[in-house]
Parts: sequence; structure tokens; C-alpha cells
Amino acid sequence: MSGPKYPGFDTLALHAGQSPDATTGARAVPIYATTSYVFRDSEHAASLFNMERAGHVYSRISNPTVAVLEERMAALEGGVGAVATASGQAALHLAVATLMDAGSHIVACNSLYGGSHNLLGYTLRRFGIDTTFVAPGSPENFRKAIQPNTRLLFGETLGNPGLEVLDIPAVSQVAHEAGLPLLIDATFTTPYLMQPFAHGADLLYHSATKFLGGHGVAIGGVLVDSGRFDWERSGKFPQLTAPYAGFHNMDFEEESGTRAFLLRARREGLRDFGACMAPMTAFHILQGIETLHLRMPRHVESTRKIVNFLASNAAVDKVLYPELPGHPDHALAKKLLPKGCGAVFSFDVKGGREAGKRFIESLRVFSHLANVGDAKSLVIHPASTTHYRMSDEDLKKAGVGPGTVRLSVGLEDAADLIEDLSRGLHAAQK
Amino acid sequence: MNFIVDGRPAFAYTAAHALDPGKPTVVFAHGAGLDHSWFGLQSRYFGYHGRNALALDFPGHGRSAGPPLATIPEMADWVLKLLDAAKLEKASLVGHSMGALVALECAARHPQRIERIALLGIAYPMKVSAAFLDAAQENRQEAYDMETIWGHAPQVPLGGNPNPGMWMYGDTLARLSRLAPGVLYSDLKACHGYAGGEAAAANVKCPVQFILGRRDQMTAAKAGLVFAQKVPGAEVVQIAPSGHSLMAESPDAVLDALAAFLA
Repeated sequence: MSGPKYPGFDTLALHAGQSPDATTGARAVPIYATTSYVFRDSEHAASLFNMERAGHVYSRISNPTVAVLEERMAALEGGVGAVATASGQAALHLAVATLMDAGSHIVACNSLYGGSHNLLGYTLRRFGIDTTFVAPGSPENFRKAIQPNTRLLFGETLGNPGLEVLDIPAVSQVAHEAGLPLLIDATFTTPYLMQPFAHGADLLYHSATKFLGGHGVAIGGVLVDSGRFDWERSGKFPQLTAPYAGFHNMDFEEESGTRAFLLRARREGLRDFGACMAPMTAFHILQGIETLHLRMPRHVESTRKIVNFLASNAAVDKVLYPELPGHPDHALAKKLLPKGCGAVFSFDVKGGREAGKRFIESLRVFSHLANVGDAKSLVIHPASTTHYRMSDEDLKKAGVGPGTVRLSVGLEDAADLIEDLSRGLHAAQK
Repeated sequence: MNFIVDGRPAFAYTAAHALDPGKPTVVFAHGAGLDHSWFGLQSRYFGYHGRNALALDFPGHGRSAGPPLATIPEMADWVLKLLDAAKLEKASLVGHSMGALVALECAARHPQRIERIALLGIAYPMKVSAAFLDAAQENRQEAYDMETIWGHAPQVPLGGNPNPGMWMYGDTLARLSRLAPGVLYSDLKACHGYAGGEAAAANVKCPVQFILGRRDQMTAAKAGLVFAQKVPGAEVVQIAPSGHSLMAESPDAVLDALAAFLA
């Protein structure tokens, strides 16, 4: 007998979280541009505030358009639910702020996106939350860095800038043996290329600004919970398992079991920190998600063509892409990312800073800017832009060479992209 | 709130309220493989509206120690033992699916202590397919998939959740993933093997309410309606868009029906 079937990924990407609007019949997700919601009567209002009824009160806490995005992302990732945030950085902050207090400690990959590194390495330290950064290559690095006050292990599906592939099954095992959850930044891979919960991760977030939105029109983030981490059994998270005076002495785990983390993230984190997503933003990101399953294969297909072109070009020193046999995580990538390693990668132009600058300035199709995950192809040369104050020696410490160029491969004709890159490389070598 | 029943730790959610013997009591009994949190919104409402709310974790579920109880009559007696441990003389029972069978059996066995029963997502007999039982016995993922998919209306994976930002399938799967091996099978076997439904229906003396989901794929509303006719004077509420997980799929409609019935 074949059992019942779940809807496929493509169907969920188009439908999950939304049924046609009951009042108007609108098929597309309506943009509920409203701050607040009329109560039927005082009793109804009290019930909503006290979480005795489901519904919306104020759009900083929840909004019907944003809720469609949250439910859809939970469905695509296989989680219990999600909270959408003002940006990917806000999602990371919300995860940390929900789980820990001053005096807590995080173990994180040392190959994080620079913004995440800033938050953990500098800003959160001001608030008493410390982070030990470890090389993601060995799960033992995480184990050795765990302290009695550690509350979270954190990494990215693909590191920056070398696309280090995190061994999520092994690192999650280390985390769980220590009674800790593993948080993953899954921005570069999206649920189309990898679903971290299926490999043992407990929490994840996306900068929805990137491939989820996919068109470079909106800043947003989304934090998703697998609901599978047992906070009560861990015993390390009184934030979720003990009465909280800041929310009417609610014990979030007792109240809601699998939904404890998201309940506190929404009811405290959005209430007090307030980094919520606007409904128009949610609409833009939903529009992107509706074609995620069509865009990602094309992003990957073109990336593979470009990687192959660059890897065999005499003007290129090295290309960092896990599908290349020489990448240190090639075998792991084949196991965890069989559909592809995304469309953001770096390579080194021979000739250092000046060559990199000439390369960038000769491109016509690639747009020179500081973003990734757009339908349009993007490029940046860190040594002459984001890292221009740094010496070559400091650049090396950051894993960036003077000729390192980062590409985000878009959806244009791959032949045009290769022609553009060829023009740039020719100029770089003059 | 923690109790000791039959010498083992037992838990019931009380909406962060101390129990008051002077207040009326509403006990919530969950379905197969689930726990007290499946009645989260409804139990919280009654806890904050003048009742003692006790949302149970049956043995082996949620925070109550195992092993699970093997039969519906054993579960019915366990509910009474928990009321004893809580020093509460009388209660109304709200049961869902397996918990509805427990509520019915409990009311029939202990008429002097059960004031009203509300039966959600119930059919009798509550037969479970061999494929479902086999998968559960072997703790195969397929059993959890069947519980999840048949446990909701067909539109649930694609439709909107009234609880903002949550995905019902994911929530059910996450809860089932925390179960000890064998617990789901034990529950399903208890439902499948329960043979006392007609006798209990004939003997129950207190007011009875049926709340049925018109799109229930686990215990079809049609079967629930046939069974309701065997309970003299039973009130029937049908919730059009709901499947088996009525408390999550139509939380307000369920709460309104319960609030009116238990007023």
C-alpha cells in the first residue's frame, strides 16, 4: 500500500499558507496594509490578547500577508512555523535574543557572512553575549569550543567567501550531545537546494532579501523552527521552560510544546525589539518564492558554466566552488548539496588589486554592487570596495585576496555572462 | 501541574492557575500520539474564565511518564485517578479522537463525577487500518505521515493557518517525532480495540456534545453523526471547513461551541 502523499515542493512554493481570500475571492495574496485589527467586542479583544483565540492584534506581532510568507517558508523547510523579520540580520538577532541572556556563549563558524560576524564578534559582546569562532572543517572544532554557558551552535550552509560546506549532520550531533540547538543561515542554498532540518539542524533563517525574494526589491528575513529540539529535556533554556514575568508568568514550553521557541520569539522578540516585516515586503518575497523552484536550477546551471569557464582561464588564479574536485569540501557537497552549491562564489583574478579593479570596471552585464541572490548578475571586488582600507596581509586573514572577486550569477543568457567575464579578464591582464 | 498517578509522574496543564475546588472543572483529553498542547487555546480560555482547566498528558505523552495505557477503559479510570490526585470531585470532559472515546467511557463508568462531555473528532467503532497499525507497530515514518495527513482536512497543507505563522503539518510531525517508540501504536491499538462505545453511549447520563469536522479524513463526520444518534439528547455541532484537527483548524468555532455547551 502506498501511504498518503505530501504536496510537492513546487506546489507548496505556490500555495502554502494561503487560500483564496474568503471575502473577495482574490487569488493572489492580498497586501493587508493595516497596523491593527477591529475586535468584535471586549471579550474578543481580551481573548486575543491573552492568546485564547487565534488571530491578529497589531502588525508588529503578526499580519495576514506576512503570515502567508511565514507559513509558506515553514512548509518549504519542514518546520513548525516561522517568524518573518525586517532583515536577515534581524532574524539572527531574534534567534539569539530568544535563546539567551547576558553571560551566554555561542560557538560559530569563522567563515560567516561579514554582517553576522560583526553582530556576534563585536555588537553582541557589548551586551554580554560572547562568541567563539571556529573553522567549520571539523565538527570537533565545535565540540572543543563548547563551554558550560554555551547556548547555541551556529553556521552557514555555505561559508563566506570560500563556500565551506558545513557538515550539518555531524555538527548537529555535536550540538545535541551537548544539549544545544544548531542554528543555520541557509540564505545561499534556499530550501530548494537543501533543507537543513532534514540533516539535523534545529533552527534556521534566511536573508529573504537574496534568492527567496530573488529580484533585489525588498529587504527581509525569516526565522524558522523545526520544533524538534526538546528545550525541557535540555534543561539549559529557562527562557523557554520557566515562568516568565515579562509575559504573565508564561512557561512557553509548557504552554505550547513544539511551538515554544516561536511563541517567545514572536510574543517577546517582535513585541519588544520590533524588527517586524512590512506586508508589502512579504508580498514581494512571496512573489519571488512562487518561482524559486524555476529560478534556482537556472542559477545553478549558469553558475556551473561560468565556474568551468573561469577554472580553465589563464587569467584566473583559483575558483572556489565546492563542485570542483579541488575544493576541500567537494565530497561533502556531493552528499549534502546534490542539486548544486548555489550561485554565489569567489575567484581570484591574477594581478592583485589593480587587476581586480580593471576587471570590475570593464563589465557591462554584471552589476557592481553589494548584494547577492538577484535575478540580475552581480559582482563585487572586496579589495577595492568593502575591504578597501585593509592591507593585503589583513585581507588574507579575512580569507580574501587582493584579486578576489565575488560573483552572484543571475538569470541572463549564460553565454552573455561568459562573454562579459571574458571582456573583464582581458582588461584585467592589460 | 505535576501529580503522581499510579505511582508515576503525571502532568496536566492548568493555564498557570492554582486549582480551586470551589470552581467548576474542565478536563481536556488529547488524541493518539499527541499531548496537552493540542488544546492550547481552548484550555487557556477556560483556565482564565472561572474554571479549573486540566489539559492532560496521558502516560507516555508530553510530560507524563510512560508506559502508555493500553486500553480506553484504563485511560478512563486514569482520568478519575488524576482528578483524585488533584482533589477535584467533579469535572466536565472534553476529548478529542482517542480522548473522546476516553471521555465517553469515563462518563459511562463514573456518572456521579462527570458533569458533561464534549466529543471532538469521534467515530465509533474507531477502526484503524492494518497498514496504519503495522507502520505504527514498526515505528515507521509512514505512520507519522498517515497521522499527519489524515489528521487534517485536505486543504490544510495549502491553506492558511488561523494561528499566524504556523504550519499545521510541521507541528504535528514535530510532536510525533518526540514520541517514544511504540506509543503511537499503543494508542491506535487502544482505539481500534475499544468495544464499549455502544454500551457507553446507552449508559451515559450527562449532557453530551459532538463537535465534528465536515472534512475529517480520520474519523469521518458521517460516521460521527451515525454514532451521535445513539446518544440520547446529544447536541451535534458540525464545523464545515475542519478536518480531524478541529482545535487547530477552527480554534474559534471549537471554542465558541465549547463555551456555549459548558456555560
